[in-house]
Amino acid sequence: MSTRQQQAREDARPEVHARPGRFEADAVMGVVAREWILYGQSWRATTFAAVVEPTLYLLCFGFGMGALVGTLAGYSYIDFLGTGIVAVSVLFQSMMPAVINTFIKRRFLHTYEGILAAPVDVRELVTGEALWLAMRSGVYGCVPLLVAMGFGLRPGPGMLLVPFIAFLAGFAFALFGIWISAVITSVRSMDYVFSGLFTPLFLVAGTFFPLTGLPGWVQNAAMVNPLYHAVELIRGAVFGGLGAGQALVHVGVLLGFIVLMWFLAGFQMRRRVVS
Amino acid sequence: MSSRDTSAVPALLLRGIVKRFGSLTAVDGLDLEVPQGIVLGLLGPNGAGKSTTMKMLTAQSVADEGEIRILGHEVPAESKWARARMGVVPQHDNLDEELTVEQNLRMFSYLYRVPRRQRKEAIARTMRLAQLGDRGATLVDDLSGGMRRRLLIVRALLHRPELVLMDEPTVGLDPQVRQDLWSAISALRDEGVTVLMSTHYIEEAERLSDEVALMARGRVVERGTPADLVAKYAGATVEEYLPDEEGVDAFERLVHSHGFTTRRTGTTVSVLRAEELPQSLRDRLDVPLRRASNLEDVFVTLTGESVE
Repeated sequence: MSTRQQQAREDARPEVHARPGRFEADAVMGVVAREWILYGQSWRATTFAAVVEPTLYLLCFGFGMGALVGTLAGYSYIDFLGTGIVAVSVLFQSMMPAVINTFIKRRFLHTYEGILAAPVDVRELVTGEALWLAMRSGVYGCVPLLVAMGFGLRPGPGMLLVPFIAFLAGFAFALFGIWISAVITSVRSMDYVFSGLFTPLFLVAGTFFPLTGLPGWVQNAAMVNPLYHAVELIRGAVFGGLGAGQALVHVGVLLGFIVLMWFLAGFQMRRRVVS
Repeated sequence: MSSRDTSAVPALLLRGIVKRFGSLTAVDGLDLEVPQGIVLGLLGPNGAGKSTTMKMLTAQSVADEGEIRILGHEVPAESKWARARMGVVPQHDNLDEELTVEQNLRMFSYLYRVPRRQRKEAIARTMRLAQLGDRGATLVDDLSGGMRRRLLIVRALLHRPELVLMDEPTVGLDPQVRQDLWSAISALRDEGVTVLMSTHYIEEAERLSDEVALMARGRVVERGTPADLVAKYAGATVEEYLPDEEGVDAFERLVHSHGFTTRRTGTTVSVLRAEELPQSLRDRLDVPLRRASNLEDVFVTLTGESVE
């Protein structure tokens, strides 16, 4: 090989910054960049779903139930619902694709075999996948608020916090979903996940109705539902009335859930992709 | 420069590798050293442990025993460094079908950390290499089987790796398409890239490899240039005989008693190293079909397996 060729190859070689085994932001961003390119192909369908779904919920429940309910926990029903549906949207944008897409990419498309043959490790892969879904949740989570404004929700400066809350909750639930996708062994098991886990998660979180009418044990169970804490943060940001201490507790629960799920998702995914 | 440029460091070094899956021992004491700059064909029947070995090289499988070094990096501990310097062509086509050729390559230019200002050029170069220069905007779904495979191969070359692993690169392709890929793989060698290619196509190994490592039952049973291996185990010529069906066993006994090796192919019996057959023995045999010895003769002799 000539020196020039050798030099050309040196120039094109990727810069290897990190000590091996360390967590690299570049690897994470590589995974995110991959999703971004895929999104360029699928954004129409994703956006359609993200807009139409909350609109239908607000229309049907907002007007249908709103006519019967009037006000709820001190809010007009459409306001209560509009903020609750932000959290539902986040769940649909994060946990649902995390379970389904991650499973398919791992089991059927051999996508992860390809990514992990590049200089990307399992934890970076998991973080990148979750980060992308969190970003998507942060953006699409705001759509219900915009729709609700069309139905009369009053805009306020606190609403600017909603994308960040949605991002945080989206990150948590994406990691949760990735962990589950690495636990289940067949597509059939997803039935258990969606009926047994997903549905109660978004119903028992103060999204469509306040928890106060539910039996005591269900209310207690809701306290460990991270989505409940996301809902409280969102309502607090939009309407105010949330103390700093309360807000910290809610953020703390979400962060704790993220840390736990990050370890679990990375651990379980590694068990699946490394033999 | 640092130690990574000394070509004395082998591209691959595997010592005493053992990998078990439950009660099955897939790799059983594998030793393999590959110097930089050659194409090494890892040849073996299905189940010989080739794919498991390939997976261990990307740390997607972890050996129970033994030592693996890739370009001097210890695997799995330093696997990420090794992976930054090598390209992997997987056995399963995992291209994104709903994306274009260019998008598929761009995606991996990120994963391989090709510096931003070199991405465009790297993508253009690899598309040319795959003879897909004008297909950048074509969806992978609309490519022919051969084009897809070429794209899969060059996707592993975006970051100009020093070592390329190919797991059965031409499996399931038409002969014509396979020939095209062979020239692409040869071109890599000419650039000084080390290639480890697992295959169970003998002709492929013979045509492309500087050296062949024959794998059977989880270890390398023989290693050398195709020509040396053929000379060592099958001599210069092979004679194919067609004994009566009931006479096959007797024929083999007779030839074996003179110290010659035979192999059966359907109803014919091939005598290896036939140029050394003594006239006295030859007088007792029919007129054979004579041909040059080849790697297939070696493969069958050493692994006891027939080939496709």
